Amino acid sequence: MGPLIKLIILNVIAYAICKFVVPNIPGSAPLPASLVFLYLMLTTSGFVIFATLSAESKEAFWGPIQRFLTGENIGGLQALRYGVLILFPLLVGWQTYSSTAVSDAPPSENRTIHPAPPGEYTGLSNPISKTPDAIQQGKGFYAAFCSPCHGGNFDGKGPAARGFNPPPANFSDPTTIAMLQESYLFWRIKKGGVGLPIEGMPWKSAMPRWEVELPDEWIWKIIMGEYDGAHQSPRTWE
Amino acid sequence: MRDQGGWIQKLLRSSSGHAGTLLGLVMAAGLLSLPALVFGADAAPAAATEYRDVPYVGSRNIVWVVAQLHLLLAGFVLGVPIFAWLCEVVAWKTGEKRYDKLAKEFTKLLTSAYATTALFGGILLFLLISFYPKLMNYLTDIFFPSFIVYCILFLVETATLYLYWYGWDAMQDGGKKTFHIFLGFMLNFFAFFIMIVPNSWATFQSSPVVLAEGSDMARAWAATWNPTWWPVNIHRLIANVVLGGYICGAYAGIRYLSAKNTEERDHYDWMGYVGNFIGVFGLLALPFAGYWLMREIYQYNQQMGITLMGGFLSWLFILQAMLIGVLFLGSNYYFWLGITYRIPGSEMKYRKPMLAMLVALLLCLGVWMTPHSLVASMEEARKMGGSHHPLLGVFGVMSAKMTVANLMILVTFMSFIMYWRAGKQETAGWAKVAKAIMGAILASAAIAVIILGVWGYFVPAIIRINYFSTSQVLVVLGVMLTITPLTALLLRSAKTTTEMVWGKMPPRAGYSLVLNAVMVVLLMTLMGYARSSSRVHWHVYGVVRDTSPYAFSPALGYAAALMALNTFFFCMLVAFIFWVATMGDKAKAPSGASKGELPHGLPAMAGASSALDEPKAGKF
Repeated sequence: MGPLIKLIILNVIAYAICKFVVPNIPGSAPLPASLVFLYLMLTTSGFVIFATLSAESKEAFWGPIQRFLTGENIGGLQALRYGVLILFPLLVGWQTYSSTAVSDAPPSENRTIHPAPPGEYTGLSNPISKTPDAIQQGKGFYAAFCSPCHGGNFDGKGPAARGFNPPPANFSDPTTIAMLQESYLFWRIKKGGVGLPIEGMPWKSAMPRWEVELPDEWIWKIIMGEYDGAHQSPRTWE
Repeated sequence: MRDQGGWIQKLLRSSSGHAGTLLGLVMAAGLLSLPALVFGADAAPAAATEYRDVPYVGSRNIVWVVAQLHLLLAGFVLGVPIFAWLCEVVAWKTGEKRYDKLAKEFTKLLTSAYATTALFGGILLFLLISFYPKLMNYLTDIFFPSFIVYCILFLVETATLYLYWYGWDAMQDGGKKTFHIFLGFMLNFFAFFIMIVPNSWATFQSSPVVLAEGSDMARAWAATWNPTWWPVNIHRLIANVVLGGYICGAYAGIRYLSAKNTEERDHYDWMGYVGNFIGVFGLLALPFAGYWLMREIYQYNQQMGITLMGGFLSWLFILQAMLIGVLFLGSNYYFWLGITYRIPGSEMKYRKPMLAMLVALLLCLGVWMTPHSLVASMEEARKMGGSHHPLLGVFGVMSAKMTVANLMILVTFMSFIMYWRAGKQETAGWAKVAKAIMGAILASAAIAVIILGVWGYFVPAIIRINYFSTSQVLVVLGVMLTITPLTALLLRSAKTTTEMVWGKMPPRAGYSLVLNAVMVVLLMTLMGYARSSSRVHWHVYGVVRDTSPYAFSPALGYAAALMALNTFFFCMLVAFIFWVATMGDKAKAPSGASKGELPHGLPAMAGASSALDEPKAGKF
């Protein structure tokens, strides 16, 4: 089997894993095309690196391609060669056109999930003592105001969650609130979606602006309740 | 003066669109300081001028290009003496004259490179004073004492460089050589301080410490010793070594590709090996220093930390992962080509380990390059339930990144060890035991790094940052510090089964050296933009606000174009410096070595070494 065929088979396998295996693992989801492309690029790069490590392997891999493209001793394949030489630039042109042409599909968004908080919130620390009572109160406030969306299990699967895109944050995921300081949560709860800075645009958060309904003390308690209920700890420096 | 400004503006306006921008850029580069003073026509006559601008091009773009070029040249000028001095010490200790020749060859570049760097520094200073008078006034008020120190350092550095370079041939024997080595040390010593003094000005802008009261000296000292000063100092010192090594490698690569005889091919092949080795040597430590810097930034200010690592600049770190990945792959590829081509007969023996290492590197790179928030269409995001993938999203955070970075360092280190051991057969009776111990150390270290990485998801952030990440680093350092001396001991009594053959590398080895150097320069331009942009709309973070029309962060695509432009300019400048410095050698070269007599005369890029790539018997 020639190296070129091996490369094609390897890419097909990698594609099949990305497209059919990973999404079917329990708790997983389909991969976006950008990620599949990235993994295929890595697969191809790895193959090319390995195939060009020695003169023999390089010749076995690159030699037939070079001979085909230059038309050296390829006999009846000349027509195919001309076909490739004509079609390849057209393919590149079509790809360029389709990636820049106006389309009716909504554009992909590089939305910043965690925009930087305003300076006045960065130095804040939770003024409420971390007592069992305070945590319990926080959980109570959470149940009343937050759980309809963020879920009773702090997993972002509240009864109203299905109505939102993007969905409410899953606090039990170690890559969400565990990465943030309490002051960050205080800002996000207090200001909600409408308080997002310009870099958070397009505005994509249905989070209410809780400062109009809840006193600061309750918000701090909710934060304590969230971390405790989700079995996470806030980012600290001590 | 007004007339002159009008004339220049008319000339600039005479072009349109991109041509106008290009023409403006060239004009601005040529007429730097004087017109800049005139362009500030928008300032009210009574009020002090805060900003001046250049039409079409923009003052920020000009400062961006000049500052970046100055920094890259400075990195080169500070990195090369470290590289040259190390080579000279090796030559002095081992008696291998070729190291001394290499050191001299690179020191020769320093005089012209040093002057070019100083020239760009001077241009930058004029531009900053012209474009940002209010800010410069503020910074001068704080850092006046260190300006004096900087000038003195420049004087002693220049004097030491002249003595070091012009005294090279005169100080070759006995005590004089020792004195020359001492001069080389002092050259690097002063250079280190020349680097850290301006670092204090730049880091002050990001993490200022401002004393309201106190003497000039007390205020300057407090501002200098700001939270990110030492992390940046260490990071830049290591990065300069990496830059120096890879630039040396690229130079050797180009000279190798255009070599006209066997002697040149042997020499530049060997030089490429040394350059790549020193580049990799620094590269192994660089992620640790970078991690420390980011930790300090995050601790200094949550807003700045999130802007960099989770906010709009976080995409830069995906680009960074890509560039570092290429660098790791390129460096390892060069090592593996070295085993295959320089040590005949080793290929089949090491092909499987190379494949295993390649797969490990690619898997790690796949994790490193997986972003937390993915680029996804509306439909794809809906299917994922947001922009985080529920399964692969865990690869997007620091615990995963640190783990794979450490594993890639381990793999690269093992590549080097494999290269070191290739072509030799251990004869010591305890060789088997030693190899088993080394294997066990490596396997345990890899497992420990992975366990700490996975465990990192289940502990508070501070435990992960302060203990787990540092433990990962210590484990990797421990591997290097045990396996290196053990291998050296093992090879002391080893029998050389295959002599290393220089000058047999294929052309792609030369290209990979050039690629590595370009990647390092791109990385420096990328991270320079990240560090500078993290201040967002502040000249001095939280103290002096940017009120100019440029108080916004440029889009990432625009920034990437500027980074590419800076990389191109720098490569052209370095090529010019090399060309100027080696012009005399070509004139001195014997006329007998003409192209016509040699089969590898022209075109060397593709022809000279491709003959070395002819396959022998065997198949893929």
